[in-house]
Amino acid sequence: MKQLLELFVSFAKIGLFTFGGGYAMLPLIERTCVEQKKWLTNEDMLNVTVIAESTPGPVAINCATFVGNKQKGFLGALFATLGMVTPSFIIILLISFFLESFLEIKWVAGAFQGIKIAVAVLIVDAAIRIFKKIEKNALTLTITAVSCLMLLAVDFLSVRFSSVVILLTAAAVSFFVYLAKRKGKGGKENDLS
Amino acid sequence: MIYLKLFLTFLKVGLFAFGGGYAAVPLIRETMTAQNWFEDEQLMELIAVSESTPGPIMVNLATYIGAKHGGVLGAAVATAAVILPAFIIILLIVKVMKNALKNEGVKAAVDGIKPAIVGIILATGISMAAGNIFAFIPEDAAVFDLKAFVLTAVFALIYFGSRKVVKNGISPIVLILLSGAAGVVLYGI
Repeated sequence: MKQLLELFVSFAKIGLFTFGGGYAMLPLIERTCVEQKKWLTNEDMLNVTVIAESTPGPVAINCATFVGNKQKGFLGALFATLGMVTPSFIIILLISFFLESFLEIKWVAGAFQGIKIAVAVLIVDAAIRIFKKIEKNALTLTITAVSCLMLLAVDFLSVRFSSVVILLTAAAVSFFVYLAKRKGKGGKENDLS
Repeated sequence: MIYLKLFLTFLKVGLFAFGGGYAAVPLIRETMTAQNWFEDEQLMELIAVSESTPGPIMVNLATYIGAKHGGVLGAAVATAAVILPAFIIILLIVKVMKNALKNEGVKAAVDGIKPAIVGIILATGISMAAGNIFAFIPEDAAVFDLKAFVLTAVFALIYFGSRKVVKNGISPIVLILLSGAAGVVLYGI
C-alpha cells in the first residue's frame, strides 16, 4: 500500500509540475524514476520512450502505466496513471466552471483573439516536430502529403469523411507495401514473431 | 446519451492519437463539428488553456470538453476514455505481447500512421490559420483580416526564429503569453 501511494504521489507531482504535455514530461519522469527512485534503469527509460512513441494515447500515460506496472503490477499501473491525471483533472475542472464568463471580459476576449493566432502556429509546429522524427522515404512523404490534402479537402470543400479513415488507410498501405517488399525479396527473411 | 457519446469520442481519440497531445486535435475537432459541440475558435481557446496548465494536453482537453457537456461525471468519463487505450495497450505490451512492437508488420502499420498524423495535424493548423486570417461568411466572399495575417506571420517568425538564437527557442507558454499581450493591445481595448 505504501508503495502504491508512493507511485501515486510521485506521478501526481510530475503531472502537477509539467506544462506542455507528454514530451515536456520525459525529463522529469527520468529524473524521478531513474535517478531518485531507481524504479527504472536507463535502458528501461529508453525502452519506455520508444514504446510511448509507437503506441497511441498520451505519452505521459504510457510512461506512468509502464513504470507502475513494473513496480506493482496492475494496481501499480492504476495508481501511477491516476496520480498522473489527478492534478490536471482538478485544475481543468475548476477552470471549466468559470472560463466562459471570464471570456466575456473585453480585454480577456482580446487576449484570446491574439492567442488563437499563436495556437495555429503551435499546431503547425507540432506537425513539424513529429515530421522531424519519422523516417523520410517516398512512402512516408506521399502519406504525409496525401493525408494533409485529404483533410484540407474535408475542411474547405465540405467533403465528409473521418480522419480515422485516413489513419487506417495509411496503416494498411504501409503494411501492404511492407508485405510486397518482403515478397519481392523472395521471402529470405523469415519473420517468426 | 451524452456520457456514452463522450466516452466513445474520447476512446477513439485515445486510440488513434499517436505522437503526443496535438495529435488529438484533428480527431477532437472532427467530432465537435459533427456534433455541433464547439467552434474552431473555442477549440483554440481550449488548446491555449491546456498548454498553459499542467498535465498532458490530451487529458486536459478531454477533461474540459467532458465537463462542459456532462459536468463532473462527463469530465470523469471523457478523461477515463482518453487514457484507457494507452493504459490497456501498455499492459498488453509488457505482459502479453512483449514482441508486438518488434513485429515487422506492426511496425510497418505504425510507420504508416505517423506520417498520416503529420498530414492531418498540418492540415488542421493550416485550416485554423486560414480561419483566423479569412473570416468566412457563408454565401459571401471571404473577408481578409490584415491584422490577423500580420500577427500570424510575426508569431511564426518569433517562435521559429527564436530557435536560431536560444537553444530550443521560446516555449509555447511564452508564445501564448506574448500573443495574449498583443491581443489585449490590438483587440481588447
